[in-house]
Amino acid sequence: MKKTRLNAVHKESGARMIEFAGFEMPVEYKGIIDEHLAVRTRAGLFDVSHMGEIIVEGEEALACVQYLTPNDAARLSAGQVQYTALTTPQGTFVDDMLVYCLSVPDKYLLVVNAANTDKDYAWVQEKAASFKVKVTNRSDEHSQLALQGPLAQEILQPLTDIDLSQMKSFTFSYGKVAGINCLVSRTGYTGEDGFEIYTMAENPEIIWKAIMAQGTPKGLLPVGLGARDTLRLEAKLMLYGNDISDKTTVLEADLKWIIKFQKGDFLGKAALEKQLQEGLKRKLVGFEVIDRGIARPHYPVLVKEQQVSEVCSGTFAPFVKKAIGLVYLPIEYTEIGTEFEIGFRDKKLKARVIPTPFYKREKK
Amino acid sequence: MYPENLYYTKDHEWLKVEGEEAVVGITDFAQKQLGDIIYVDLPQTGKSLEVHQAIGSVESVKSVSDVYSPVSGEVIEVNSELAQTPDLINKDPYGQGWIVRLRLKNKAEINNLMKAADYEKYLEGLEH
Repeated sequence: MKKTRLNAVHKESGARMIEFAGFEMPVEYKGIIDEHLAVRTRAGLFDVSHMGEIIVEGEEALACVQYLTPNDAARLSAGQVQYTALTTPQGTFVDDMLVYCLSVPDKYLLVVNAANTDKDYAWVQEKAASFKVKVTNRSDEHSQLALQGPLAQEILQPLTDIDLSQMKSFTFSYGKVAGINCLVSRTGYTGEDGFEIYTMAENPEIIWKAIMAQGTPKGLLPVGLGARDTLRLEAKLMLYGNDISDKTTVLEADLKWIIKFQKGDFLGKAALEKQLQEGLKRKLVGFEVIDRGIARPHYPVLVKEQQVSEVCSGTFAPFVKKAIGLVYLPIEYTEIGTEFEIGFRDKKLKARVIPTPFYKREKK
Repeated sequence: MYPENLYYTKDHEWLKVEGEEAVVGITDFAQKQLGDIIYVDLPQTGKSLEVHQAIGSVESVKSVSDVYSPVSGEVIEVNSELAQTPDLINKDPYGQGWIVRLRLKNKAEINNLMKAADYEKYLEGLEH
């Protein structure tokens, strides 16, 4: 099992560790609910060093990224970040990811899911063969910390020479954090304001400890993968393998906004255009459980006693305080308010399609 | 750390004998494994339980698990506080987090349960 460079710090902090995507990772420290609420109301610090970092560089780097992804990477100037996907020719997902524009048009960083890093790297290498680019998997050199929550800026600012007040959402800067060279972006996977801090230094625990020291008096908590999942689901952020996969298209996942058909050719474009013309047969929707009980991944979903689907993501959402989830439903059942049932052990739970995201922060 | 006056099962329930009655809950180990508890499914009073029959279930953010009766008996009281404040099980698993009170059918069954020292040994075995 791989370990991140922060492994010892987690164990010292009393984290419960689990295996995730081949890494030994903290799943919780104090408890999922406390950690979740800390991020919504104060701040939380995550070790997400398991995430994959792939660099595409060379004179045709932009053209290559454009071909691999549905979003329009040509809109990015250096210092900007974009949510997008690696798509198959069928318009389904190899992965979802962030693209960081390091230099136009010749250097891009792809930040991908830990469980998919090797697959994505092989995919990008193969597809990039016809472009003048070099593709490298830099995942093992990178550590990544995420500081998320309404107090994130206040906690991080005294530790960095970057002027965070000038940093817009989905942009990044280079600078020092606790004296260590980092790339800091205003991005995250929680639905809150916050930062993701990348470093290639061997000692990221210096950054971790400095942030904890700065933030603890303000209510900062370390946060594990358990609350990372409940936070991202409340904000309806996708989890590959649960909500999206190589069996679901970008349109079915209700992510049409990341498809820019006008930008030129890309993998999956024809399939997605065809699906758009023909109309969707199913779509990913959010639901709440009306009865007492929590819907969990793979629980059967029934309409009129017939199984029509299964739960993708499902959990108890600690901030909105209800059991929520995501499911692909036949298009005729996707309207807000539609009720259906979820098989739950030996009984059935009533559930209802509701608007998403389940939680949206108030912008200042 | 596991109270000496209780009996324990391999499924991490505890049993406290009080005369011809007994109180049942889940252990500190069990509540820690489950994490934050959100719902507790309780039985009706009057329900008759066999050894290892499901009393109800405890559902946390992470998972759902059955609670089994350590002995046979009849449910004479349920902890209705748990409907509103299920996390009493997290906060006080041997006290306010009790789940049901039973009238024992066959008191000799408690001889099949573990004492605190045995349960601790059993847990050590699980962790290795």
